[in-house]
Amino acid sequence: MRQFKNMAYPYMIWISIMIVVPMFMIFMYAFTKHGNDVATFWFTFDNFIRFFSDIIFINVLKQSLYIAVITTIICILLGYPVAYIIANSKEKNKVFLILLITLPTWINMLVRTYAWMGILQDNGILNNILSLFGLQTKLLHTDFAVILGMVYNFIPFMILQIHTSLTKMDKSLIEAASDLGADKIQCFLKIIFPLSLPGVISGITLVFLPAMSSFFIPKLLGGGQYVLIGNVIESQFLTAGNWNFGSAISLIIAVIIMISMYITKKIEVKNSTGKGGIIH
Amino acid sequence: MKQSKKIGSKIYMTLIMIFFYLPIIYTIIFSFNSSRSLTKFEGFSLQWYEKMFHDSTMMESIFYTIVIALFATLISTIIGTITAIGLSKSNRILKGIVEQINDLPIMNPEIVTGIGLLMFFSALGVKKGFMTLLLAHIMFCIPYVILSVSPKLRSLDPNLADAALDLGATPWQALIKVIVPQIMPGIISGALIAFTMSFDDFIISYFVTGNGVNNISILVYTMSKRVNPSINALSSIIIVIITVVLLFVNIIPILKEKKERKNNET
Repeated sequence: MRQFKNMAYPYMIWISIMIVVPMFMIFMYAFTKHGNDVATFWFTFDNFIRFFSDIIFINVLKQSLYIAVITTIICILLGYPVAYIIANSKEKNKVFLILLITLPTWINMLVRTYAWMGILQDNGILNNILSLFGLQTKLLHTDFAVILGMVYNFIPFMILQIHTSLTKMDKSLIEAASDLGADKIQCFLKIIFPLSLPGVISGITLVFLPAMSSFFIPKLLGGGQYVLIGNVIESQFLTAGNWNFGSAISLIIAVIIMISMYITKKIEVKNSTGKGGIIH
Repeated sequence: MKQSKKIGSKIYMTLIMIFFYLPIIYTIIFSFNSSRSLTKFEGFSLQWYEKMFHDSTMMESIFYTIVIALFATLISTIIGTITAIGLSKSNRILKGIVEQINDLPIMNPEIVTGIGLLMFFSALGVKKGFMTLLLAHIMFCIPYVILSVSPKLRSLDPNLADAALDLGATPWQALIKVIVPQIMPGIISGALIAFTMSFDDFIISYFVTGNGVNNISILVYTMSKRVNPSINALSSIIIVIITVVLLFVNIIPILKEKKERKNNET
């Protein structure tokens, strides 16, 4: 069986070229000045200083964080009940409901986001319904449209993650709790919810990460003037042509994402070893 | 009390499903609209489908999307499976390093992977287009194949291949006749994930392509700046194909099970 281990070597060469080298290039460009070619490598923090000293970029970063956090919170609030209902439904319905949740995710994201452009238009279907109540407002090209687009695209990941952790749960714990006199609400707060936290945490990862760096949702639903951090990176690479600055910004969001992942992981550890000490 | 709760959850699920399917149904309805409007349905017509089939950039983008997805799936499934088998026999440190790097494209924001590849291809002086697009797709598909094949290998009896070798099989025969059939479910689900990842990808493709080579996502993105109902026609076709394939994939195992149960009964 040992002879099979050579089979991993080609891929090691492949990842060094296709994954490691591009990552290294992002670092290199981020820490060099615009216009320098590779031969005259000159280490500098200029790109980062430029970003953090410009109020426009700081505001874009704040706005992106705001949108990503709100999107993640809404995905948890709307997604948790869905996952809970599916986990508690009959086995036969479960497969069908999961299929209904996953089916849209298999359809191209751009295609589905494009459809919202029509729905949200000033004389679109949603505004027509609102106007029945005399509530007609501008929907497209607002924060609301961008958050809606993000929730729509990313909520299935949240639902599926929570659903997995809910079904994996040891059901005898819930029975034990109710035998010992816990009511439904206590059961949920003290047992079901803490045990489903790992699912919520991985759901957060799957929602926050793409929400933070998305650039086609703000472009399509926020309009041409709507700028999030992903749009800044896009324009630095494809229109402004400043790869050094673009690389620096993408490093900044990569670091922000890593820090937020670290914090959520920490919260999870604290919760599972702390008061809800039923685990293990 | 219990009854009202049930009704409550039913209403909630219905609302969520409306939210999920409204844009999809909307797209299909407006692909048959006789006017350009995306807000008012003015009559049935097939003109947008006709326009789509006569639009060479649209047809090209469909062609590129399918060809890239097929090649990327085939190549990444083969390489991913081979690598996963190799890794399962490698020592722990090497395996750890490869798995860490393998996770990078999955964990990194896609935009970071995209710009990394963009700079890499430019540094090499490769002309952006079909080849760069294909290479990028293979690059981000392989990690998913490895991730879906590896667990199957872990649960595989390590003595199985040894037994085959002891009984006189060549390593190649042991691989093809013993190991691969055992991990087939993992390979198939890896291939499926690879195909949909490639078929749907926008962000990475957007950065690495050029010279008029577009996939469907890029086309929708560039066309969405002005109203173009042909996009709805294209979208509807994609929606129908994917729905049919998914239903097929999900229903076949159920039917098979039923048939087997029937056979067992008689």
